[in-house]
Amino acid sequence: MGIEISSLTGGATNKKWAERMLKFDSMLNSDFAESIGLRSKMEKLIYFGAYNGTKMAMMAQKVFSGGGASSATRLNPKAKADLFDLNYTEEQEMVREAVKSFASIVREAAEKTDEVFVVSDEIRNGFSELGLVLYLVPESLGGMMKEKSTVTQMMVLETLAHGDLGMALALYTPLSVLNAIIEWGTEAQQKELVPAYLNEAGFPQTSMAVNEPSPLFSPYELSTKATKSGNGYKINGVKNMVPLASVAEYFIVVADTDNGPQAFIVDKGAAGLTITEDKGMGLNSAQLGKLTLKDVEVDASAMLGGGDAFNYEDFVNYNKLGWCSLAVGCCQGVLDYVIPYANDRVAFGEPISHRQAVAFIISDIKIEMDSMRILTQRAVSRAEQGLPFAKETYLAHIMCSDKSMEIGSSGVQLLGGHGYIRDFPVQRWYRDLRAVAIAHNGVHI
Amino acid sequence: MNLEVPKKYKGVLAGAYGAAEIMMRPYSRKYDLAEHTFPKPLGLLAKGLDAINDATGGAIDGASSKVDKKDDSNKNGGNMASCLNIQGIGYGDVGMLLTFPGQGLGNAAIAAVANEEQLKRFGGKWAAMAITEPNFGSDSAAICATAVKDGDEYILNGEKIFITAGERCDVVVVWATLDKSLGRAAIKSFVVEHGTPGMHLDRVEKKLGIRASDTAAIVFTDCRVPAANVLGSPEIDIKKGFAGVMETFDNTRPFVGAMSLGVQQATLERTKEILSKTGKVDLEDFKTPINKAPAAQATYMRMEADHEAARLLVLKAAWMADNRDPNTLEASVCKAKAGRVGTEMTLKCVELTSSLGYSHEELIEKWGRDSKILDIFEGTQQIQKLIIARRMLGKSSTELK
Repeated sequence: MGIEISSLTGGATNKKWAERMLKFDSMLNSDFAESIGLRSKMEKLIYFGAYNGTKMAMMAQKVFSGGGASSATRLNPKAKADLFDLNYTEEQEMVREAVKSFASIVREAAEKTDEVFVVSDEIRNGFSELGLVLYLVPESLGGMMKEKSTVTQMMVLETLAHGDLGMALALYTPLSVLNAIIEWGTEAQQKELVPAYLNEAGFPQTSMAVNEPSPLFSPYELSTKATKSGNGYKINGVKNMVPLASVAEYFIVVADTDNGPQAFIVDKGAAGLTITEDKGMGLNSAQLGKLTLKDVEVDASAMLGGGDAFNYEDFVNYNKLGWCSLAVGCCQGVLDYVIPYANDRVAFGEPISHRQAVAFIISDIKIEMDSMRILTQRAVSRAEQGLPFAKETYLAHIMCSDKSMEIGSSGVQLLGGHGYIRDFPVQRWYRDLRAVAIAHNGVHI
Repeated sequence: MNLEVPKKYKGVLAGAYGAAEIMMRPYSRKYDLAEHTFPKPLGLLAKGLDAINDATGGAIDGASSKVDKKDDSNKNGGNMASCLNIQGIGYGDVGMLLTFPGQGLGNAAIAAVANEEQLKRFGGKWAAMAITEPNFGSDSAAICATAVKDGDEYILNGEKIFITAGERCDVVVVWATLDKSLGRAAIKSFVVEHGTPGMHLDRVEKKLGIRASDTAAIVFTDCRVPAANVLGSPEIDIKKGFAGVMETFDNTRPFVGAMSLGVQQATLERTKEILSKTGKVDLEDFKTPINKAPAAQATYMRMEADHEAARLLVLKAAWMADNRDPNTLEASVCKAKAGRVGTEMTLKCVELTSSLGYSHEELIEKWGRDSKILDIFEGTQQIQKLIIARRMLGKSSTELK
């Protein structure tokens, strides 16, 4: 079945990483790089690059044999609540505390990871060790859940993004793939793919590809097509802004079919798949890349849910809610940063926060961030309870798209010239937040 | 976590919206044009709403907004019911809402701070609130009206303006200072019955909107009020100062937010009907990216997002009050959001519906006028922003002015 080694998964990427390593040699030799495990990460990438190149050749096309969607395991919606309630449960508070202390480490590392375009092993392992994966996987598949945990996931993403949006994206993308497999995968897909996530050594790097590099992109008008071919499909198209593109073991790629948009599990070594870097305005630590699919053949069993279970609109909406959650967390980070800055910065003999022109910007950040959060919470809580959530998601996403960018811009503005300098984080948040309105990849809650 | 309106309030909503559609909306234009005329359908409606309130433990204004007893369980109580009711009635007509017999802002103050004897005397009366004076608006600490103790009475002197229901009410809660040199701590409120000698109704204002509601100016000249009519402690407590007086507003700001929600909802709904008939927009399309949708559709969706955010923020502030969580910050956030969204959106809806929406044929232009006051009274947009900023930045009113 046309198995060949993808031209860029081995040698070329290998070479690029080597070049980057030279470029950042001094940084890598620093104590900081050592402390966050950056150096070992670089070395590992080079090793894995070569290793994967040969290994993938043997398993470039994923075939899932066994039960279909009807015998798969699903999480039930939460029981419908009677009262309006914005409280987190005690358990959720515990999770939040754990993620919060982890996010503070993320925050410290963020400046450097933004500059070197990669997340350290230490952080990746630390995230794995939080054990969040257990909150996503049903009991019968080795996790601890019976019901959906959409609200908990929003809370986690918010907290992570308060640390750093780009890293939150990099860390959560594999869990998003896991969510999709649990929500729609066939029994065979679940059996084959879920156990790797429960491995104590950490979960696999995987990713999602929805975005296409076209103006006015709509996830409902895909240029990427999957056409029937033999016992499977042939996929053609280009996906970009894909997180973890250079390291993911496999991707969930969405493509239009005769039966509407479907999602396919595509191995990184699939013949005809070319993976290149696609650095952007921000989100640097998420290692964004471009997937070019040219006659990529996938087995029919690699279609997520086998064509019956998959709900594309929900898929798109869960992604939007993931991005809304990230936006809320990052904007909270902006607010928490500009408050002490405005109080400490003195101009004309007093703190700039004593001026309404400054203080009112901070009020507006608070008002609109609260608006973003509460619209997202409503959509997320509806999704968790199995209620229709398309309208609520659409409205939350509009609010988060518009207001998070305004808040990102206000963050830079409040710092004046300092805000424009890369020693300060507000410029990074400004770049990262521009993605909220655009991105459909990655964070699927 | 759940952000849906609880089932137990579905009945409240049905009652409020039913009343709004039958007894208010058909008369909206009539009493907008016949300014200074009491809207007669309200007398009947007020009685009906009393029945609803009795059944739900809520009220259409702050009069019975006292919270349930504190325990750990999550509560949805009187504040939330009030907000839902107010939104429903405001959806009918916010001008009429403001002139609901027995539901004045003074009633909220009486309910919050009156002693038992005062509750007995004033509980059933329609009470207006008189704070503002010709020389100040937002800066309530600048009160000039004076109260001088004389035996068992206080003698009030001063001019009060912008008194909602000041003509139609039974009693007015008047703010005055016992000693201007002692600042805010010396400001007290006094219940003054209509017709008390020395109390003179100077005029009823002509306004941009909410014309069904009377807004009065009252002059007090050596007006004698029984000492037993002071609300709260008659002593001047410098430490406690102004905070006690201002606490009333933590409770009522979400209610003003809810009034705006009602106007917003009415405007959005009518605009949606009108726009949908053109066939040029699909306002139930929750898939098309906002930048790919027709401009009118995108504008509408943004207004709906803002409206929903304001609605949920009002519910949040009310929910916190019901659970006795301090909500000064959230009350201001919801008031600021609801207030500005109300004005922006109703004016945008006039624009979207063009000269049809501008015409008296529709109520949209009226809602465009009505909404503006809701971003002004009980704390303007700018005052809310000041409160929010001071809280967020940890600044006093002398630092962040």
